[in-house]
Order: sequence, then structure tokens, then C-alpha cells
Amino acid sequence: MGEFRAYVALAGAQARSAFSYRVSFLIEMVVNVGATFFDVLSVLVLFRATDRIGGFALPEALLVTSLTSAGFSLADFVVGNVDRLKTYVRAGTLDAVLVRPLGVLPQLLLMDLPMRKVLRVIFGLTMLGVALGLNDIDWTPSRVVLITLAPLSCAVFMSAIFVISASLAFWWVESGEIGSAFTYGGRDFASYPITVYGPAFRGLFAYALGFAFVSYQPALALLGHADPLGLPAWAGFASPLVALGAATIAAIMWRVGIRQYRSTGS
Amino acid sequence: MAGKDASVLTISPDGPLRGWITTFGALAGSGFRRYTTYRQATIAGTFTNVVFGYLRCYVLLAVAASALGGRPGGYDAEQLATYVWFGQGLLSVVLLWGWAELAERIRTGDVAADLLRPVSPLTAYLAADLGRAAHAMLTRFVVPVVVGALCFPLHLPQRWTTVPLFLVSVLLAVVVSFGCRYLVNATAYWLHDARGPILLWVLGAGVLGGLYFPLRLLPHELALTLWLATPMPSILQTPLDVAAERDGLALQAGLVALQAVWAVALLALAWFVQKRAERRLVVQGG
Repeated sequence: MGEFRAYVALAGAQARSAFSYRVSFLIEMVVNVGATFFDVLSVLVLFRATDRIGGFALPEALLVTSLTSAGFSLADFVVGNVDRLKTYVRAGTLDAVLVRPLGVLPQLLLMDLPMRKVLRVIFGLTMLGVALGLNDIDWTPSRVVLITLAPLSCAVFMSAIFVISASLAFWWVESGEIGSAFTYGGRDFASYPITVYGPAFRGLFAYALGFAFVSYQPALALLGHADPLGLPAWAGFASPLVALGAATIAAIMWRVGIRQYRSTGS
Repeated sequence: MAGKDASVLTISPDGPLRGWITTFGALAGSGFRRYTTYRQATIAGTFTNVVFGYLRCYVLLAVAASALGGRPGGYDAEQLATYVWFGQGLLSVVLLWGWAELAERIRTGDVAADLLRPVSPLTAYLAADLGRAAHAMLTRFVVPVVVGALCFPLHLPQRWTTVPLFLVSVLLAVVVSFGCRYLVNATAYWLHDARGPILLWVLGAGVLGGLYFPLRLLPHELALTLWLATPMPSILQTPLDVAAERDGLALQAGLVALQAVWAVALLALAWFVQKRAERRLVVQGG
């Protein structure tokens, strides 16, 4: 209970400090929503030139995009700040976190509570609602379960990718932008039907890393379309399992990383 | 002894212009050398550029494959691939994102040291930025273009004029981008914290610069307005259109001339803003 109160105090302090710079806070909030808005806008602009991308029409492609947006913005809201780990490792500020009697990961996440990202989560979920409305979906009970699980699985999966990318800093402090290739790159990959990618690139990102199960397979299952790439219909329902697997790997990497962390000592 | 000691560059015995050029060159050289020491960051950043290159290239090629006539926005598939891979390379040459050095120095008060130097901050930062861009051109530009050329058929220039025009266009793009970044950073003279303006810049520059999709995919009037009314298309879209030979020679040259107008206008504005700021600046930190 005392631990919980400590976390609440940390979060409250962060919220107060964020709100005290009102203009900065407002701008950051607008920019965050704007980023997601432009992701959707990009899809609309591309569809001005053609009526199908990778065999998918606009409403279907929007469903894929918005599933990813909703899940990603949720993940970014909750654990996105972990990508600052490399700064903390380099500056040695991680030491202060390690000596406190609280979990390291929750503290890091609360050290900069991104209240500015809240609005984007709402925007992402609204987009998902719009995309669902644009498609003619035959609502069976299993699809109702899927549409509640899919954005959450996507969020868990993306969170795992955030944590794994950030953990790189334990071994390679200068890993810099490499993490973005998998976090933001992964989001962009999963924003389009994966039929557009070349076989080798798709094999790596979609199946080896698991990004196919973020939005593409669930979207196919919701729409009731057969996968042009040949995976069976139940693949869409496998996304929670894939997310769970990714989360397990992330947890292991994080623990191993923390254990072998050596302070910079200054 | 005059002119023998290369480390003292403040007053040249050879006249003001030669002295200015030597100083500018030395500052640019130091900007170049500074970035040669960030080897790991260069490798990490280039890797990420390449991954995004694959992503954007496949998506645009899929659009071209199903578009009517196969030429979305007037580009064929090879021109689109060139657009994407040159874009991933140029992204770090023009340094669209991630320059908050001046804003940070204003916030901490370190900018006082810049103002004490005999070279104006605008000139000094421009020289260093050109040095940085030269380093990026040799490292971070080359790798994505080579990877792109190995994995996708790229558009080979049909006119010899395209090559020199592209190089001029890149140089102007760096200056335009620098001018914008300098102005955005300079808001810190008034606001103390330029995070908001920098974030707005990051958001706007990517979309309006033509990074996410070529601006030619927008309705014609909108693209034209963006080109004339904002400097953003001059940062990425123009050099990329020149490289992909999207337009004939006359329009190519016209777009580069427009870049030159923006470059001069932005540097003049930055100079003016810097003068105003110096008159009202209260250095932070005592």
C-alpha cells in the first residue's frame, strides 16, 4: 500500500510540473495528436493516387492503420518514455532510481508521465471506431472479443518492443536511433497491409519479429477475408499470444540488462 | 611569423575577405571533424534510415503498381524508388530534426560566449552546419542510396545537367533548413524554452517537406501554395524532384532558383532576428 502511494506521489508531482508550463503542455499535446493525424492523412493522400494498395481498399487499409495507431498510442503513452533510458544510463541518473526501494521500470515511466499523450490515445481509438464503421463487419461473438483484445494486444506488443529497444542501452549506450527502427519503424510497418512489402523484408518484420499480428492478421479476421499470404483464419486470434510472447522476452531482456548494468560512476 | 601559426585565425594579414574565408573554412572544418567522432551514432542513425527506406519504398511502389497509368504524382516506379532512397539519405544531410543546440545554449546562458567571439553566431553556426552536412553527405547519404540501388531499380539521370543541379540544390537545401532551424531555436531568446516551437517544426517539416509522401500527390494548387508560401518543400522535395528528374530542365532550374530565394530570405531574417535578440538579451545564469 505504501508502495502504491509512493507511485501516486511520483505521478502527481509529474502531472503538476507538466501543467505548470501550460503553453508548452498545450503545444506538446497538439503536436502529439498532429503526428497521429498525419499518419492517417498519409494513407488518405496515397489513396488519392490509387483505389487499392497491396490489394486492400481504403476502408480496409484504414482499419489496419487505425488498429496500429490505437495500440501504438496506448503503448507510447504507458511505456514510450522508456526510450530515455540511454540518456539516464549515460548521465548516471539511473543510479538514483536503482537505490530507491521501488521497481525500476515503473519509476522510469513515472519520471516523465506523458500527460500530453492522453489526447492522442483518444484520437487513435476514435479513428479505430470510424474505421470499424466504414467497413461492413459481420459481428459474431468471436469478432466482438477480437476487437476488444486486438488493440490491447497491439499495445502490449508495442510496449514490449519499446522495452526491448530501450534495453539495448544497457549493452550499447550509443545505440541512439537504432531503437526507433523497431518502435516507430514497426508502427509504420504495421500501418499498411503487409502485402505491400517484399518477401525478405516482410519475412523479417512480419513473421520473425511478429508485426503481422499487430494489426494485419486481426484486421483480416475482423473483415472475414482470407489471408492472401496464406496464413489460416485463426491467425488473427493469435495476436494476444504473440503479444504475450513478446512481453516475456522484453521482461527477460530488461532483467538481464538491469543485472549487468554498471554505473558510469560520475 | 605572420600567417605561420594556423591556430590563430582572428586577424588575417591578407585582407578582410581572405580572413573571413579562412575563418569560415576553419569553422566548417571543425564542424566536419566533430561529426567524424560520432561514429556509433552515425552507424545507428544510418541503419534506421535504411529500415525506413525499405518501408517507404515498398509502400510507394505498391501505390505505383495499382495506380492508373502506373505514375502516381507523375513519378514512375524507378523515380519513386529514387525519391525514397535519396530522401532517406538527405534527411540527415539537411538535418530536418534534432538540432536544439542554439536553444539549449540560450537557455543555459552559454550563448554569451558565442556573442563575445569576433564572428557572429549566425555565421559561426552556418559554417559548422555546412561542415556537418559535408560529413553527412559522405556517410549518411551514401549508404541508403547504395542500399537502395542494390535492392531496387533506381532512376539514372538522363541529362548531365541533373548532377550539378542536384548538388547545388542539396547545398541550398542545407542552408534553407539551417535558416529554419536557426529561427526556431532563436525563439528561445524570447521564450527561454524553445521546446514547443521545435516540436511544431518537427511535426510540420516532415509532412510539408515531402518526407512522408511526395507533395506532388496532393492537389496541384495545394502543392504549389506550399512551395511558394513555405520554405519546407525547398528542404527535401526540391532536391529529390531534381534527383528523380520529375520535371524538365526549365522547371528543375526554376525550383532550385526558388530554393535560392528562400535561402537568402531566411538567412536575412535570421540575421535580423539575431540583431533584435542581442539588443534585448538578458543572459541567463549570471
